[in-house]
Amino acid sequence: MADAARTSNLLTPHMDDDGKPFWDYAAKGELRVQACARPDCQELRFPPRPCCPHCQSFDSEWRRMSGKGRIWSYVLPHPPLLPAYAELAPYNAIVVELADAPRIRLVGNLVSEAGAAPNSVDPAKLRIGARVQVVFGEVGGQVLPQWVLERP
Amino acid sequence: MASSSLKDATAIVGIGQTPFAKQLPQSEKTLAARAIVAALDDAGIAPSEVDAFASYTMEETDEVEIAKAVGAGDVTFFSKVGFGGGGSCATIAHLAAAVATGQANVGVAWRSRKRGSGPRPWKNTTAQLPTPAQWTRPFGLLRPADEIGMLTRRYMHEYGATRDHLFNVALACRNRANQNPAAMMYERPLTRDMYMTSRWISEPLCLFDNCLETDGALACVIVSAERARDCRRKPVYVHSVAQGLPAQHHGMVNYWNDDPLSGPAWTAARHLWKQADFGPQDVDVAQIYDAFTPLIPLSLEGYGFCGRGEGGAFTEGGALEIGGRLPLNTGGGGLSEAYVHGFNLINEGVKQLRGTSTAQVPDAATCLVTAGEGVPTSAVLLRA
Repeated sequence: MADAARTSNLLTPHMDDDGKPFWDYAAKGELRVQACARPDCQELRFPPRPCCPHCQSFDSEWRRMSGKGRIWSYVLPHPPLLPAYAELAPYNAIVVELADAPRIRLVGNLVSEAGAAPNSVDPAKLRIGARVQVVFGEVGGQVLPQWVLERP
Repeated sequence: MASSSLKDATAIVGIGQTPFAKQLPQSEKTLAARAIVAALDDAGIAPSEVDAFASYTMEETDEVEIAKAVGAGDVTFFSKVGFGGGGSCATIAHLAAAVATGQANVGVAWRSRKRGSGPRPWKNTTAQLPTPAQWTRPFGLLRPADEIGMLTRRYMHEYGATRDHLFNVALACRNRANQNPAAMMYERPLTRDMYMTSRWISEPLCLFDNCLETDGALACVIVSAERARDCRRKPVYVHSVAQGLPAQHHGMVNYWNDDPLSGPAWTAARHLWKQADFGPQDVDVAQIYDAFTPLIPLSLEGYGFCGRGEGGAFTEGGALEIGGRLPLNTGGGGLSEAYVHGFNLINEGVKQLRGTSTAQVPDAATCLVTAGEGVPTSAVLLRA
């Protein structure tokens, strides 16, 4: 994995019961979003939660996404930061809206390749609306969805 | 005594504050007690008459400690509102409701914080802040500045707002602080050049887009309108109050609904104006929560001073300065007076309507005070 030494101290997800399936699927290289399992509802929801806010059904499933999206917004954090992040600063944090479901947006990092550090892309390449594709990389011992530019 | 409406049923009759500084030697509890004793003295009400308290997270000194420290009487109402700076005005709302309905007679709201010399909450990697942290923090979206910076970049992209608009906010607050000897930035003028060349905190937000880090405390005293007429100071009436938690809202990481750029201000505003005898055009002076400069254009839209996307343009032409369309944060606000989770905005609203502000708006008779936008929020309309 690229940059493994530089990212080994980054925070890993503090999972709760509702969120754990997302991370389990990510570990298998799948981007899945929680959806209502009631046949006449089927609404996607994020972040995951116990009950569908549209129909109040407690039945849910995890629907696989294509992994394509667009950058909705981004920031470039500078210190003061937690030490492991300060070492990488300035890095990027982005919000991606999914092509399959534009109201589902995921926070992530734009990287040069799977497993690369969140400062591996030239900040000048960040642009709202840029098309991105999910990749899965190990960061701090945890597989996270990361994003690469469709046209780097 | 009991009333079907909160409108003008109660009044703020006392305010108190400690000095504001990056570091004060006293404990948070001591600062809280000093601010409360000062507020009761200002009101001319004995501490033994206090029978209600309201505070908001992350206040660490609880009612038991406060009540026994200041010598309160038997307390029959106490409440604590969540979501940090979103709860400031809700303390007024809760006390007004308690006093107006006869649950209590003398209410004290306060905030004490050692955010200047104490730890930064986001540095705690074990306690989870009230945000869905598993979806944001691993990716380095660590601080409120990062979370709000994300919304700010999108806001600028969608509506054409600029860094000059954010500077207009920072400058108005700094100019008022330069008139206020109690403000941390009293002797520190700000220029456009300083703003544009300052270091980034989370690009697109620079140093001057972020509030101060302050040790300090403030408090105020609420009684019924009837009782207020016999108090030492000119009453400042609580005209309308509201809290706001919009449907499908997510806090400062409000990225997961249909309209992330409209937040709790919109919800609070609808209720606030519905209960009021006047509208945004009648507000003489505003104290709008300013943990970050972009919260001002968002709040200007939310509270109806302009339309969607017009908050940036609203700041042009000195609109937020004394003599402008809407004089803002006349003590200097969280950006330049002190960041005490917005309580200084409440006390400054009271000073304006008493006519005792260091940057007095002539004949100010109405004031909007808001709590934090971007978290479950609250607001209050004050009138002279």
